[in-house]
Amino acid sequence: MNSRLRSLGLAAAAPVAALVFATVLSGIVLLLAGSNPLVAFGDMLEHGAKLETIIDMLNRATPLYLSGIAAAIGFKMGLFNIGVEGQYQMGAFFAAAAGGAIVLPNGLHVIFILLVAMTAGSLWAGLAGFLKVTCGINEVISTIMLNAVATTGVLAWLTVKWRDGALSTNSGTKTIEESGHMPNMNWFVEIFTRDIRNSKELSGVIVVAIIVGIGYHLFVNRSRLGYDLRASGINPLAARAGGVPPKRMIMIAMLSSGAIAGLVGMVDILSRNNRYDQNFTPGLGFAGIAVALLGRNGASGIAFGALLFAFLDASSSILQITGSASKEIVTIMQGVILLAAVVAYEYVNRIRQREEIRLATLAVSGATA
Amino acid sequence: MLASLYKLPTAVRFMIFAAMGIFVLSAAEAIESGDFGRLTSDTAAQFMLKWSVPILLTGLGGLYAERCGVVNIGLEGMMILGTWFGAWGTLEWGPWIGILIGLFGGALGGLLHALATVTFGVDQIISGVAINILAPGLARFLSTEVFNNPTQSPNLQSLPKVSMPVLAGGWDTPDLLGDLAARNIFFISDLAGFSRGLMSQLSLFTLFAIILVPVSTYLLWKTRFGLRLRISGEQPLAGESLGVNIVRQRYIGVVVSGALAGMAGAFMAMELSGFFQEGQTGGRGYIGLAALIFGNWRPTGVLMAAMLFAYPFGMSRLDRDGTSSHALMLVVALALAAVAVWTYGQGRKVHAGVAAFLSVGMFAWYFASETAPSWLTNTLPYLLVLLVLVFAAQRLRPPAAAGKPYRKGGS
Repeated sequence: MNSRLRSLGLAAAAPVAALVFATVLSGIVLLLAGSNPLVAFGDMLEHGAKLETIIDMLNRATPLYLSGIAAAIGFKMGLFNIGVEGQYQMGAFFAAAAGGAIVLPNGLHVIFILLVAMTAGSLWAGLAGFLKVTCGINEVISTIMLNAVATTGVLAWLTVKWRDGALSTNSGTKTIEESGHMPNMNWFVEIFTRDIRNSKELSGVIVVAIIVGIGYHLFVNRSRLGYDLRASGINPLAARAGGVPPKRMIMIAMLSSGAIAGLVGMVDILSRNNRYDQNFTPGLGFAGIAVALLGRNGASGIAFGALLFAFLDASSSILQITGSASKEIVTIMQGVILLAAVVAYEYVNRIRQREEIRLATLAVSGATA
Repeated sequence: MLASLYKLPTAVRFMIFAAMGIFVLSAAEAIESGDFGRLTSDTAAQFMLKWSVPILLTGLGGLYAERCGVVNIGLEGMMILGTWFGAWGTLEWGPWIGILIGLFGGALGGLLHALATVTFGVDQIISGVAINILAPGLARFLSTEVFNNPTQSPNLQSLPKVSMPVLAGGWDTPDLLGDLAARNIFFISDLAGFSRGLMSQLSLFTLFAIILVPVSTYLLWKTRFGLRLRISGEQPLAGESLGVNIVRQRYIGVVVSGALAGMAGAFMAMELSGFFQEGQTGGRGYIGLAALIFGNWRPTGVLMAAMLFAYPFGMSRLDRDGTSSHALMLVVALALAAVAVWTYGQGRKVHAGVAAFLSVGMFAWYFASETAPSWLTNTLPYLLVLLVLVFAAQRLRPPAAAGKPYRKGGS
């Protein structure tokens, strides 16, 4: 009992330790750069407490969360879906193109866009899964290649469109009509707090994210299929002996991972920008992997990770105004947090393993004594 | 007959395939526009060589790492560190020191990766991804502090260029190949022009990168150090029992890996762009990994793969009216047809069927279109990797222990 509490305590302490370590390291970096870390962090915390910044943070956390869940589905199956980056770009691109091309009544239009996004992301991930299942190609390489195909391909399409003289200097897909905009949640927030200023809007996609999170937790932990998936991830041979077809599991994992990945860009496409263009937020795929690792693939852990990273992003925007530090320090912080956390988790794992061996030896020698 | 080809030394085989390739390129261009000489011009060769260097260096970086047993996905991040550090070093102390500093920056990334994976046992892929997330942020921060611009540095000096004497007119000697190229004889002139391109206006940096290939082959396969390194990646436990310090070998391998990736980044900043710019690496760290796989984990293979991957990219930058890229589509279709015949001969009927299907599709696309879509030329290297993995995976032989964590005593 005591050791269980101890190991739980260690597991919780790891991310906190990582955060402290990252903060101290970043503080040192800031000092070396001639800024005052205390002033900088103070500015960030003060700005971060404001309602508008919190709204901004939640908006940033939503795609991070979805990306994290997408990566986590793969991780649970023992697959490294590094392809979330390409899958969400494909999902967003095709969803924006399809959504802009037709007009449907209000609710249907949004649902249509969501479905296209999920399908496109799913198919793109499914391609990598298919290559793994038929030719045995490692999913790390195939997803990285497909990422590059997706990002360079779409980028090339954008550049060509711009060269052809379409629109102004900012080329992209056709803007989606009003009916395809996700309603915002400000009315909900304002029940609890004051009116939101600066025309900040809490994207309704957060509701989708919450549903996805709950669904993920229930699926992985409470469903038969989720159990099969996890078993396949931990020991494919044993799972197969237990009647779980490994190839089908791989496909299911990649397809569902890709489907969620497709939703990552929805805050941009449904709320913020309503089209796919050069303002589309890149890099969310890799950030999602980071968040999934931080959260140890659990629905609530990923939520904390996403909120942490989003808080850092949102509150750092004040640094450009106060000038107390360069806001890029936040990217360093995020990278260090990730590395430190991953090292800490591994360290905790090793302690736990040693503990188990120790207890097992005691039990065995106690039994024979 | 084909089997006997494989008995020739790699370099000779390389040149034969290259000559065959140039023949196909000339033929394709002749079919395309009745003209020839652009796909195989000396400018095409120069561009190909220039753009192959970052891929070559990162591929070699990946080679050193995987040969000692550590998968290095973080090459992209280490390359980014190399671009910034190389730029900073060049601005402060000139191009030669700039290369060293860039190397050093990449090596730092390698050290971090080694620390995380070898000492702390973190999963190698995860550590690599983490470094890829950390590096651009660090580069951005340093750029803001030192250059006062988060995404770009001032212009950089580059290293002097040389040309091969006699053959390519270096040092004011007669330009034999250039004359031959100007005579417009089918294939001979193409061969001459292409070879001339490979030998003229070479940056010393490029020359150095290419020399690293035979040096690495010698180092890894003919020295004791190389043997120790390779055993760390094939059978670490056996090596440990023989007294090899696996941990030390892996540290060396990964730090060298980072250093090479850093050099690649420095090259990109100094020779290709002329300054540090955010995002200039453009995924070449990953293409380097692809070149490693395509090259079957051997330095000469990595060089061939790097040039193969760099060629379409170089062409797309040269090709103003799209006809050359279109001719490339024909080449790809022909290559796919060759693959179909080859796999059929091996008895792999399914593979042959797929290759044939793709080949027909490519032919149809070629005849139905006027120019190649830009997204195809830009994504060609990555598609090539996937194709190789699909059709030739059984000929590939990665180091046996790459990717597996190592604990002293084998627990």
